Amino acid sequence: MSAAALVLVPVFLPLAVGALSAVLPRRAAATLTVIAAVATLMVAVLLGIAVLDAGPVRLEVAGWAPPVGILLAADGLSVVMIGLSAIAVLAATLVAAADDHFAGGHAFWPLVGAAAAAVNGVFVARDVFTAFVLLELLTIASVALVALGGTRSAAAALRYLFVAVTGSLFFLLAVALTYGHTGTVDLARAAERADDTVIVGAIIALTVVGMAAKTALFPLHSWLPVAHPAAPAAVSALLSALVIKASIVILWRIVEYFGPLTDLAAPLATAVGVAGAAAVLWGGVLALRRDRLKSIIAYSTVAQVGYMVLLVPLVFTASDPQVAWIGGILITLAHGVAKVAMFLAAGALATAAGTSRLDGLEGTISRMPWTVAAIGLAGVSLAGLPPTLGFVGKWMLVQASLDAGAWWWLALLLGGGLLTFAYTARMLRATFNPPGDFSGARELTRPARTVAIVPLALAALSVVLGLIPWLLIEVLSAAPMGGGA
Amino acid sequence: MNDDTVTVMSALPVVLLLTSLVPALLIFALREKQTVLRTTLNLAGAIAKVVLVIVLIPRVVAGEELRAEFTWIPGLDIVFVTDTFSLFFVALSAGLWLATTIYAVGYLEGSPNRSRFFGFFSLCVTATVGIALAGNLLTFLIFFELLTLVTYPLVAHRGTRAALRGARIYLAYTLGGGVALLLGVAWLTLEVGPVEFRAGGIPEVAEFAARDPLTATVIGAVLLLGVGVKAALFPLHGWLPIAMVAPAPVSALLHAVAVVKAGAFGIIRIVEDVFGLALFAELGMLQALAVVASVTIVYGSVRALAQDDLKKRLAYSTVSQVSYIALGAALLSPIATAGAIVHMVNQGFMKITLFFCAGLFAEELKLSKVSQLAGVGRRMPVTSAAFTIAALGMIGLPPFAGFISKWALGLGGLDAGQPWVIAVLLTSTVLNAAYFLPIIATIWTSPRSESEGSDEGTFPAPARRSGWEAPASLLLPAVATALFVILFGVAAGWDYSPWVLAQIVGEGAWP
Repeated sequence: MSAAALVLVPVFLPLAVGALSAVLPRRAAATLTVIAAVATLMVAVLLGIAVLDAGPVRLEVAGWAPPVGILLAADGLSVVMIGLSAIAVLAATLVAAADDHFAGGHAFWPLVGAAAAAVNGVFVARDVFTAFVLLELLTIASVALVALGGTRSAAAALRYLFVAVTGSLFFLLAVALTYGHTGTVDLARAAERADDTVIVGAIIALTVVGMAAKTALFPLHSWLPVAHPAAPAAVSALLSALVIKASIVILWRIVEYFGPLTDLAAPLATAVGVAGAAAVLWGGVLALRRDRLKSIIAYSTVAQVGYMVLLVPLVFTASDPQVAWIGGILITLAHGVAKVAMFLAAGALATAAGTSRLDGLEGTISRMPWTVAAIGLAGVSLAGLPPTLGFVGKWMLVQASLDAGAWWWLALLLGGGLLTFAYTARMLRATFNPPGDFSGARELTRPARTVAIVPLALAALSVVLGLIPWLLIEVLSAAPMGGGA
Repeated sequence: MNDDTVTVMSALPVVLLLTSLVPALLIFALREKQTVLRTTLNLAGAIAKVVLVIVLIPRVVAGEELRAEFTWIPGLDIVFVTDTFSLFFVALSAGLWLATTIYAVGYLEGSPNRSRFFGFFSLCVTATVGIALAGNLLTFLIFFELLTLVTYPLVAHRGTRAALRGARIYLAYTLGGGVALLLGVAWLTLEVGPVEFRAGGIPEVAEFAARDPLTATVIGAVLLLGVGVKAALFPLHGWLPIAMVAPAPVSALLHAVAVVKAGAFGIIRIVEDVFGLALFAELGMLQALAVVASVTIVYGSVRALAQDDLKKRLAYSTVSQVSYIALGAALLSPIATAGAIVHMVNQGFMKITLFFCAGLFAEELKLSKVSQLAGVGRRMPVTSAAFTIAALGMIGLPPFAGFISKWALGLGGLDAGQPWVIAVLLTSTVLNAAYFLPIIATIWTSPRSESEGSDEGTFPAPARRSGWEAPASLLLPAVATALFVILFGVAAGWDYSPWVLAQIVGEGAWP
């Protein structure tokens, strides 16, 4: 029982802290949020141990079993994603606590609490209705977070709202269809009862469209490169690293439970893969053509979403779907860690140089080497190069593609990495000293020490996890995806 | 590998890595002004590594193999071993790293961003040692890519437009090669499981090749393509002459200590310790590799002829010379194998001497063109002598180190029943002479044309009181490596000479 109750902590602790933050002074709110993030991280570790020990941790909320009550369950995927969310929130709030520019206003604190609660809830939800409700909470909190960027971000936030709500409508239809067809919203039960392949296909298709809109999967991505950079840096970091992961996980869950039930799933999965491939190329090429740090990093997210959905076609074709699942999950984790590091470091550089334009960054590598190093290492992980976590995920997806004989996905995995490192290198190049002036052209406003340390620590985490990823993989394979929970 | 090889689990391979990794991380954290501490850390790491290698050589030659392994993902480990070949490469890069570190400390004296430079410099060597000690293809791949990444900031170090361009091109080539390598490694791992190097070839790979020769050939080609970029095989060599914009110590690193050597090392590993020479020949790949290597040898030399920029001429010379290693690896003869292996050392010491000297000319007299070097022999006799020794070695004259390589490769060609190799070697030697002898001649003749009157020519006098022609930290490494070029030629028959060790290493591939 005690282990099962832990499942509630990542949901209700941030929610409570968020609510308190609304009325507490900034310092207290920041301290509480940081403590809650650390506690969530510890709970994720405990849950991981429990999953390793005895498989998924299940909790029937208030003792009511489905279909009456709500089932929450933490499997390997839930655990690592909660871990990611705790780390992302911890990093973003540490930086926001050290420098208010990164937060954008006091509303940051309650909104972060609400967003973290919603995201963690999605990670443990096992019925489509709970997932839907939490996703709505997340949407509202995220739109408000974007709006923290001030009046200039209002248009971006509004556009984000429209797309996200449209996405919700599609998913709501999927939820309604699920309930109408099976009489339950519980995923496992619905999967047992569903017998009409066309309806199940429609549920998958509606979910794909809805989640594509919320995740900014090509071609529904155009809101993201506007919304994410418009927000303050700590918010951008959370949006890119964490918020889009909620809709990705819902997509994965629907594929996990409903995918095996219908022949229509395979062509739909291929369509998702094609959209992912287009995202990798389109996002990568546009990232290469932007000349502001935050804009490059936002387009990089568009591209990376392509990798995160690549496991969808692969689990249908690889002889061992677990390799594809784990590879895809690890790439998504790696993206989360790296993207927080990158956005926070970019924020630090932009604050110091007074501009986020690439041509204004000359000399920053000499003055703020650790911050530039964080961008570089994060880029290495995003590009899937060793010795980082991104490489582990890429390796496993490459194995799965080779195994499935899927040359086109393979080419994408291999070529996309080059594109990723190309725009990372472009950012790095801009920071080198101008010729003839080795001491750095001008005085920089140096940001607080925390602001330098946090991105580097996250980048170092990518390396550590890249060298010893086996523990993560053990947790992920303790409860095989598609095995039911 | 001998049958009496004893494998011992040991932390020493990891310690070998840490002797440069720890200094690297500490140096990054130093402030710019902490010069003494930085130099101490650098030298302590470099010396510790050399000492460790010297201690290990007799043990490994006696048939002991140290091994360290860690789980990476379930079923696939990160493995480090000190077999004879890996220790041979570690010894080479550890020795040259020590020389290059001393040189770099002098070269960069007073210039900015030294913590960054020396940090990445040490990481570069860490990656190279990782490549050398890698016990399987996965570990090799990880460090091979790491080497690419940590070299980038060194090539870009000066931050000028040209430096950034060189770094960009370097990165594009080597990351492209990395993609091919990843594909090959992942594919082979999928087919036969974790690919642990084994002298003479891996039995599972042989079985796989018997089952599916076409796929095996494709995988072999992809792997060679992957390492061929760093080895600067034609037509994958384009980055090397452009990357010569980097500071002289970095050129030494690229050309002698780390990068191209890692590529050449990889070729030998893949040919001999993954597929095995016999299987590679059966698949028809050995002949293909020999042809590519021969073309590169001649092509590099021809291009070198036309370069007036000294470093560029040396760079094309590297393109040519490193392919001797690939050529030796591609011949079905034990003596050619040993020739390939010994040329890793010989080319390393000769080329590093040449780059040290080129750096000395550039630093002291601001001379970077061959045509400007007239009379430099009088002003900088020691440097010029070192340059001359290394250049004569490159041509392959006895008693210098390069002679041993060419002799072994020539004999190997005959032994393998491929006498055309002699023609390639002769052509290359003539071309080597054609681009090195004029430099030597220019250096040692007087520059009398425009400054008839003054005896000292137009060169500025040395600005230091010691009376040395250049700072000792720049001059001594060049002199030391030049002396080794002589020693490796003269003392090739001694115990533990590179040639003797190379034969021991090469024997392993011939069970």
